[in-house]
Amino acid sequence: MSTMEPASITIETFRKIFEAGKRFDGRKLLDFRELYIDYTVSKNAEGSARVKLGKTEVVVGVKLTIDKPYPDSMEKGNLMVSGDFLPLASPRIEHGPPKFVAIETPRLVDRAIRESGMIDLKKLVITPGEKVWTVIIDVYPINDDGNLVDAATIGAVVALKNAYIPGITEQGTADYKHRTKNKLPLSTETYPLSFSFYKVGKAILLDPTREEEEIADVRVSFALSKWNKQYMINSCQKTGDTPLSKEEIERIAELLPKKYDELNEKLKSFL
Amino acid sequence: MAIKRLDGRKQHELRKMFAKVGVIPNADGSAVFAFGETIAIAAVYGPRLLHPQHMQNPATGILRVNYDLFSFSVSDRKKPGSSRRSQEISKMTEHALAPVLDLKEFPNTVLDVQIYILQADAGTRTAGINAASLALAHAGIPMKDLVCSVAIGKQDKDIVVDLTKAEEDFEGGEGPTDFPLAKVANSDEYTLLQLDGKISTSLVKEVLTIAEKSCREIYEVQKKALKEVVN
Amino acid sequence: MVKISERNTNTDNSEDALVSKKRKIVIPGEVIASGEDFLPSDGAKRLGNDIVATKFGLAEEAGRVIKVISITGAFIPRRNNVIIGRVINITMNGWVIDIDSAQSGFLPIDASPRFINKNEMDQFLCIGDVVVAKIWSINQRGIDLSLDGNGLGKLEQGFIFRVSPNRVPRVIGREGSMISLIKEKTNCDITVGQNGWVWICGSTMEDEIKARKAVEMVTEKAYVEGLTEKMEAWFQDN
Repeated sequence: MSTMEPASITIETFRKIFEAGKRFDGRKLLDFRELYIDYTVSKNAEGSARVKLGKTEVVVGVKLTIDKPYPDSMEKGNLMVSGDFLPLASPRIEHGPPKFVAIETPRLVDRAIRESGMIDLKKLVITPGEKVWTVIIDVYPINDDGNLVDAATIGAVVALKNAYIPGITEQGTADYKHRTKNKLPLSTETYPLSFSFYKVGKAILLDPTREEEEIADVRVSFALSKWNKQYMINSCQKTGDTPLSKEEIERIAELLPKKYDELNEKLKSFL
Repeated sequence: MAIKRLDGRKQHELRKMFAKVGVIPNADGSAVFAFGETIAIAAVYGPRLLHPQHMQNPATGILRVNYDLFSFSVSDRKKPGSSRRSQEISKMTEHALAPVLDLKEFPNTVLDVQIYILQADAGTRTAGINAASLALAHAGIPMKDLVCSVAIGKQDKDIVVDLTKAEEDFEGGEGPTDFPLAKVANSDEYTLLQLDGKISTSLVKEVLTIAEKSCREIYEVQKKALKEVVN
Repeated sequence: MVKISERNTNTDNSEDALVSKKRKIVIPGEVIASGEDFLPSDGAKRLGNDIVATKFGLAEEAGRVIKVISITGAFIPRRNNVIIGRVINITMNGWVIDIDSAQSGFLPIDASPRFINKNEMDQFLCIGDVVVAKIWSINQRGIDLSLDGNGLGKLEQGFIFRVSPNRVPRVIGREGSMISLIKEKTNCDITVGQNGWVWICGSTMEDEIKARKAVEMVTEKAYVEGLTEKMEAWFQDN
């Protein structure tokens, strides 16, 4: 992989190709790449998963710790999403202060999980007002070939679904050696999925490769969950300084339910 | 009488090893290496331009190693971000790998080696060095040989090889000793030498003999992983 | 002793070298052959009676000369390499070109095909433009490029994409046979840079997409035997 920025002729040609509804890998503009998930990342995590979308690979781990509840949510457990965009996944990442994408991605995953209500945080209280479980989700890209946000969200969801609650020692601390047989208190009805739409000229794409992502003018990510047959948008963020038209936003919103069902079908086979 | 190890292994038996190269398509070279439940992943980027300019060396390329644990690789979550421990191991790893590299062909550049532990069950720095050595070879870097690394230890009075965390934590008898070593695969040169614990000076020779044998086994696993690349 | 970066390269790494069973994968430090007669070349050295690999790759014996060809890793620029690069900066004296290697390339102002003065430099090349250039010399300051030669110059249309630099000989093929096949079957202009960057320009989108797919297929199947026949068959069906 290279750090060379896109050439002018490439940007022009790609725009024309996308606007004609075509892509180099043969996909349609709104198709996702092949999805792969496994759960063999780390036994020391309470839950973990590896997600691949095409060549993009992300690993996600879930750890639980015992802490005080936050002052403004004394009757709930805590949720925290963090992660590190290490120079492992791409030659574009260097050591030093995180670039914006490294700050934004875990925050988008956080809002998707939190606002969807996927975790019933009220059931993570140990001693009311004093001790609760904190669910910490850590996201690590392993190979960046585009669309880390959507891949990371899938990773967080499946890692949570695969997580077990640790035991508690007599002293009241987390006992990682003796996990309980209890999974996290998760909604049985739904979970959030993320859809990042990338605009290139007049075309709108989903799940771009790194090469396609670099040419994009702007991105808008939606986290969606499905409650009682209703498709709820749980979070949304536009990133990039090219505006979106009213028509484009409406068009994207109309696509969301169908896309949710399609991706969910692919995901189910790994659960 | 044969000693009994906690996981049933023989005294000088290594854990089951796993190695694969080319696991990170974006990297110039990459590899995974595992000793049992300890899994390390390494990526090599370069030789590439070194910023800031004042750190460049006009006589040679520079090796830069970064080692760290993933937060969930260990039972007690480790906060993301480097720690003193990881900085020290990064430097030790750099010194373990540098002797086999010749970067004079690449002045003013840096060779970045990233090593991360996905799952930790002791021996993480040794798994890291083995993964990094593979990743460097995979990146086509001029090297005089591979580097092999193993942690020798003690269970009470007996020298054992490739301890698990449970074995490291075992306080019985003379207490645990951790003696991580690395050597140039086909020569008598030791590039990593560290020790924590309690071991008689008279045992050093035996330790080195055992390390040499272990490293030969590790070398075979590394060699196989590289030869399997063309498929 | 000649500095490695200035040695003329033989870029005709033939199909045989990459596919034939007589070649073998070697790892650093491995003995390739033993005997006084052999001469070590690129990627190999003599250690007593043995010729030993100094890097990972494919060991090739050509008569008495033994060398190791890299099959992985970053692009290492050599004099006379033809590369494709992107303009990243304009200075007083020329254009700075990103050629996807540790050092950037430099094209002096007089490389322009017609006379331009220092205020008009972007009339020839702007930031973001692409050139096919030859590496003229490599030194401490950087890599000097030249547009003097057949097929060199600014690329006006089409697009560029990257393949692994080590696969470039395969994409070109023996005496250009593979790249000629792809050009012919897709009706596209194609230039392959030694640095792994490939330029395609066709008259239709479908042709350009097909040409890229063909190039990528060759890089994926680089070590398969009879690849030319397989590609010809693929073109029949597609």
